[in-house]
Amino acid sequence: MRTPGKTMPLTLSDVTIRLADRLLLSVSATVMPGDVLTIMGPSGSGKSTLLAYIGGFLDPAFTASGAVLLGQDDLIALRPQQRHTGILFQDPLLFPHLSVGGNIVFAIPEAFKDRDVRRRMAENALDEGGLGGFFDRDPETLSGGQKARVALQRVLLSEPRLLLLDEPFSKLDMALRQQTRELVFAKARSAGLPTILVTHDRADADAAGGALIHIGAERQS
Amino acid sequence: MRDALQRGIGTGVAVMLCLPVLAGLAGTLLPAFGYLPALGGTQLTLGHFEALVAQPHILRSALISLAAGLISTFVTLMVVCTFVAGFAGTRPFAFIQHLLSPLLAVPHAASAFAIAFLIAPSGFLIRLASPELTGFDRPPDWLVPNDPLGLSMISGLIAKEMPFLLLVMLAALPQLPVANARRLMSALGYGRVSGFIIALWPLLYRQIRLPVFAVLVYSTSVIDVAMILGPRLPPTLPVRIAQWLADDDIGARFLASAGAVLQLALGLFAIVVWIGVERLGRLCHRRLSASGKRLSDDRLLRRTAAVITTLSAALIFTGLGLLALWSIAGLWPFPDSLPTSLTFRTWQRALGGFAGPLANTIIIALLSSLLALAIAIGLLSRSAHGTAERWFPVFLPLLVPEIAFVFGLQILAAMAGFSPSIATVAAVHLVFVLPYVLLSLAPPWRALDRRYEQVASGLGKSPLKILMTIRLPMLLRACLTAFAVGFAVSVSLYLPTVLIGAGRVTTITTEAVALSSGGDRRIIGVYALLQALLPFLGFLIASLVPQLLFRHRRAMRI
Repeated sequence: MRTPGKTMPLTLSDVTIRLADRLLLSVSATVMPGDVLTIMGPSGSGKSTLLAYIGGFLDPAFTASGAVLLGQDDLIALRPQQRHTGILFQDPLLFPHLSVGGNIVFAIPEAFKDRDVRRRMAENALDEGGLGGFFDRDPETLSGGQKARVALQRVLLSEPRLLLLDEPFSKLDMALRQQTRELVFAKARSAGLPTILVTHDRADADAAGGALIHIGAERQS
Repeated sequence: MRDALQRGIGTGVAVMLCLPVLAGLAGTLLPAFGYLPALGGTQLTLGHFEALVAQPHILRSALISLAAGLISTFVTLMVVCTFVAGFAGTRPFAFIQHLLSPLLAVPHAASAFAIAFLIAPSGFLIRLASPELTGFDRPPDWLVPNDPLGLSMISGLIAKEMPFLLLVMLAALPQLPVANARRLMSALGYGRVSGFIIALWPLLYRQIRLPVFAVLVYSTSVIDVAMILGPRLPPTLPVRIAQWLADDDIGARFLASAGAVLQLALGLFAIVVWIGVERLGRLCHRRLSASGKRLSDDRLLRRTAAVITTLSAALIFTGLGLLALWSIAGLWPFPDSLPTSLTFRTWQRALGGFAGPLANTIIIALLSSLLALAIAIGLLSRSAHGTAERWFPVFLPLLVPEIAFVFGLQILAAMAGFSPSIATVAAVHLVFVLPYVLLSLAPPWRALDRRYEQVASGLGKSPLKILMTIRLPMLLRACLTAFAVGFAVSVSLYLPTVLIGAGRVTTITTEAVALSSGGDRRIIGVYALLQALLPFLGFLIASLVPQLLFRHRRAMRI
């Protein structure tokens, strides 16, 4: 995993997204390594579209402009797979045809060639997430919280340069939500990843503790 | 820049897909007007059309084909529409749907034989009623099947196209607000059928129009079914063209090309008439909607539709059972309902004959459907979210009578020096297999949650790696089903195999149809049964492989 020293600040400069002629959002912000920028807005306000633009899979129906800089690198100029944007969605989206361990091994960068090394890295990551011995399990047999932790370990092991969180806690129940939230933010902080969280849950924003941007028509106080 | 490149590739693919049809049409048109240097035709002439017109009863042959196409398409559409309108979402619907769907895989020729074995004067139905009810102690002298008006052929086509149109409608239904419309219309006092037709039919029909045209053109130009069930004196136009093609007299080839051009015109004319029918239907629909008629008691109508669909499926299944029974029948004199003894002698006798064609059938079907699957994956991964219209070139082969362009392809292949081989037959099969593979694979391809790929992309994986390690494994079942559909289509192809194989590459299908004039029921039973069972081999693979591979993955089972 990257040491915090190697990570760089993320800068959104005049990122604008339109659907046909309608302006959805326009954002400028800088997120320091380990910090969380929270973007709040009602559904349909385009907050997930912003993540799609940063990640490199914007639906062609939208037009977007503006630079997304990681340090001095312009991410938009890179292919999606070169951007190394770790993404967590509402659903854990574990690949259903792979085992729990297979999901994590898949994420380990190809630079690690040795099969045993890759397996050991995955097992360590599972241990760390409190999922020791789950390597050969079918992801479908895991509980919601366990799946969320596998998804988090999968993202972290892929050596991301930034983290995009698309309402990743909204489908978890209350107790689990708080636990998972703390875990994710703690991991992002210790890995020094600049993180963008989109949500419509005020509690998410409070827990993130970073800057907060409201978008869309319905502004909440 | 990348967009322009993609557009360029798109156009290239479109041209590549249209090419076989267009080249084939050219190869048919030129000899029809006298140009075929290889056979000494260098002068443009209308003489071959004059010769065609001078053929006895040619008009009758053409009209029967036209009528069979229009009537069978119309009746099938009406029955399936009433059935879907009356039952969509109910328990009987699910039952009949399960009953019909395996019939989709049964080749046209096999189901035609199944029907012939039932309705023939010495067939099962008359045997059941004889001699007690009918008094027959030998088969009556009726012209059934092969009746001069083509009624047995039309019913055979209806029974076979019903599962296809039903499946096509089922695929379109989820995109329509069926439940809401039903609630609204029944609150307004409409019956199930009238409510469905007024509220949803125009939307549904718009989505299934292309397949309906395909059914229309197919039934207008069908050969194998017409040879088995159709009239004999004179046969339908496509059958006569095929006979001229098989004629040793070289001049008959020119006649056949002129006939193929007539067939093309007939197919176009059928489409024009159908568009007229559509107009008329729209008018009736408007009248019905404006009249306010509720037609709330439509039980009789609904039941009729359900009975017809069930009965046609039952007919084909019983017929298939009969094929099996005949293939192992010992002595089976008329009017006994069942054979007096069973024996495997017919199978032993036939084995030497069918081993080669069986191997050919399987190899050709494997080659063409696997290649079609690869092409379909390539096309879909380039532009998964394109609409159906973008794929139009792929469907062109289904909208042009096969004889009109496969014949031309045969001439072109001969001119280019390709001798008939497994490879050339498989290449032409590919033209017909690809549309169905694409139709089968596209919906699950689009339905896969794209976020899986976005996650993988964020993990640093290239599009190719994501395709190979995420998308294709997750869609393994859908890919194998598409392969099985392609396999079934290839197995059932008659005309392209006969024309391109030119008697040197024979399959179970060409052999079975060739036997139809002979009348040895036992041997026909063997071949038709093999033909009917082969497609299920593909579907068996499609259901077993994922079951085995993913036996420890709960979410990968249905």
